[in-house]
Amino acid sequence: MSAATHAQDHAHHDDHAHHPTGIKRWLFTTNHKDIGTMYLWFSLAMFFTGGVMALLIRAELFQPGLQFVNPEFFNSLTTVHGLVMVFGAIMPAWVGFANWLIPMQVGAADMAFPRMNNWSFWLVVPAAILLVASFFVPGGAAASGWTLYPPLIIQQGISIDMTILAVHILGASSIMGSINIITTILNLRAPGMTLMKMPLFVWTWLITAYLLIAVMPVLAGAVTMLLTDRHFGTSFFNAAGGGDPTMFMHIFWFFGHPEVYIMILPAFGVVSAIIPAFARKPLFGYASMVYATASIAILSFIVWGHHMFTVGMPAAGQLFFMYATMLIAVPTGVKVFNWIATMWQGSMTFETPMLFSIGFICLFTIGGFSGLVLAITPVDITLHNTYYVVAHFHYVLVSGALFSIFAGIYFWLPKFTGKMYSEKLGKLHFWLSVIGFNIAFFPQHFLGLAGMPRRIPDYALQFAEWNMWSSIGAFIFGFSQLLFLYNVIECIRSNRKAADNPWEGADTLEWTHLPSPAPYHSFETAPVVK
Amino acid sequence: MDAAIAARNRETMTKLLVISVAMLGFGFAMVPMYRQICESLGITQSRVVGATNTQVDASRSVTVELLASSGGLPWTFDALEREVKLHPGQLVTVNYRVVNTLGRPVTAHAVMNAAPSNAGRYIEKQACFCFSNQTFAAGEEKVMPVVFLVSPRAPKDMTTISLSYTFFELPGGTS
Repeated sequence: MSAATHAQDHAHHDDHAHHPTGIKRWLFTTNHKDIGTMYLWFSLAMFFTGGVMALLIRAELFQPGLQFVNPEFFNSLTTVHGLVMVFGAIMPAWVGFANWLIPMQVGAADMAFPRMNNWSFWLVVPAAILLVASFFVPGGAAASGWTLYPPLIIQQGISIDMTILAVHILGASSIMGSINIITTILNLRAPGMTLMKMPLFVWTWLITAYLLIAVMPVLAGAVTMLLTDRHFGTSFFNAAGGGDPTMFMHIFWFFGHPEVYIMILPAFGVVSAIIPAFARKPLFGYASMVYATASIAILSFIVWGHHMFTVGMPAAGQLFFMYATMLIAVPTGVKVFNWIATMWQGSMTFETPMLFSIGFICLFTIGGFSGLVLAITPVDITLHNTYYVVAHFHYVLVSGALFSIFAGIYFWLPKFTGKMYSEKLGKLHFWLSVIGFNIAFFPQHFLGLAGMPRRIPDYALQFAEWNMWSSIGAFIFGFSQLLFLYNVIECIRSNRKAADNPWEGADTLEWTHLPSPAPYHSFETAPVVK
Repeated sequence: MDAAIAARNRETMTKLLVISVAMLGFGFAMVPMYRQICESLGITQSRVVGATNTQVDASRSVTVELLASSGGLPWTFDALEREVKLHPGQLVTVNYRVVNTLGRPVTAHAVMNAAPSNAGRYIEKQACFCFSNQTFAAGEEKVMPVVFLVSPRAPKDMTTISLSYTFFELPGGTS
């Protein structure tokens, strides 16, 4: 940072309004807390955008036959719902948490590259606009599924180019964000904060950031090849020109599998912070948690083939990917075991963050087990592209990643806002979510086992009953999220002042060393960690 | 932030940028790697060549006698083989021949007949000259294939089938 800005920083400390006001504050901010806040609100907006698409899908599937949307639009809905939720809702939410928490938890004043941080956020916004705007161009939004498989995607209209550009921008943003996070964690830790003393959320994000740096460029390469196949006469994936559509699947899933861990590892970190706080016991097996996270990340690079068992793979390849996938259950099992062991004989209380965390452990484990079922090659070949797969990944992404995001928001809201949320409304939000979610997604296991294919707007009559239940659950779940929005706003506007550390068992730096709300500038002199 | 830390941060960023660019390169390097692996393992080819028909019932044989009837057209119409012996489910190709000795262009349509009378439903034709009208120039000779199989569902006592074609000239001589 230049000397001029350095001096300016100091000058600003004297007055209280130490930043520009209005829109300029948010456009030009380099403060990690402001950027974290923007990421979190952005993520919530995209969550509702993707949620509206999900409810349109479930409205169409409430009954057999075509009711509300035509099949092309239905395909666009499933595609953009997936892209928006993955790249617009879950990932930015985690980056928001990272921005808010990592500097405070390692005792740093801010992120290592504050201006790049500003860029990372403001790149995400145009990318999201491109994605959503693609609904309004001729031909409609991308309709190939979020995996963007050729040859279908090579044939569609301009919306594909908008989607590809959006993916490029999001990739650049993620890489910049990851560089920032890794540098902050490696170089800016307070004295005494050794790597093995870092809170697990920091550890999981460090590993996630390395995953992002390793695989986002691969995705960028894959979509660039799609783009040149579409417009510049190359034939990477075009069989007529000597290419191979299957190759796209290999490249995509080399990115795609680590990507699912990018979405879930920070969740492990959040749950590892919340469970000890409400069990009033230190986390059981801290070191094994770190090693398990690293093992999951490393294994994620050698299991991509399990997404494509049906493409025609040698038996040796199928066996390799099957066993490698099952191997991931070992470190994941270590984590689940450690969370349960942390709760064992703890003096537990069940505030909203704890409820969401326990919900996470139960439901994520169900998703993990259905993942093990799908890892078995011959089973996967019959269940491939059925609703069983849809049920599986919604159990790990909604009741996994999303529930832990809710848990984290309720847990840190007192630190973010200085106010306490309403415990009664928080619990209501949890119970409505967990009941709505299970009604929506558990029947999809049955539908998949009975052979209902995914991404089709109509279905055979024997699937009608469970689809009706699934849609009812989806609407309960969807509308309950308005309560979450209300809870956050109600919390900010309330006058329930939060204590500096409102949780008895929370012991990381942001609780023990900083007031609530956390001041705009924190840890300008690094704390000493013993 | 003091200069030493800023320099260290820049160094970390450079390393991480190098990794990103290398991984972008790796994404593209997967293209030749993929080709090479598929080629050396013969994966792409074996899937196509190795495909076998599991529907063939090799436990029994059916003799199909090939008959041709001119149906009032005094030209040459015959089968190149008298009969063909096959397993149910096995795809075979047989050939019929027409020599238009009438001295004028003729458009005609062939109609299939099979004996015993219920055998027709077990003959599954993939390609046949009887699917469309055929036009012959004066003096033209044409060899025409029939690609078919006898369904494995054919009754066990059906050991011989007579497959017969009859040509009928279309009025007006046009298709």
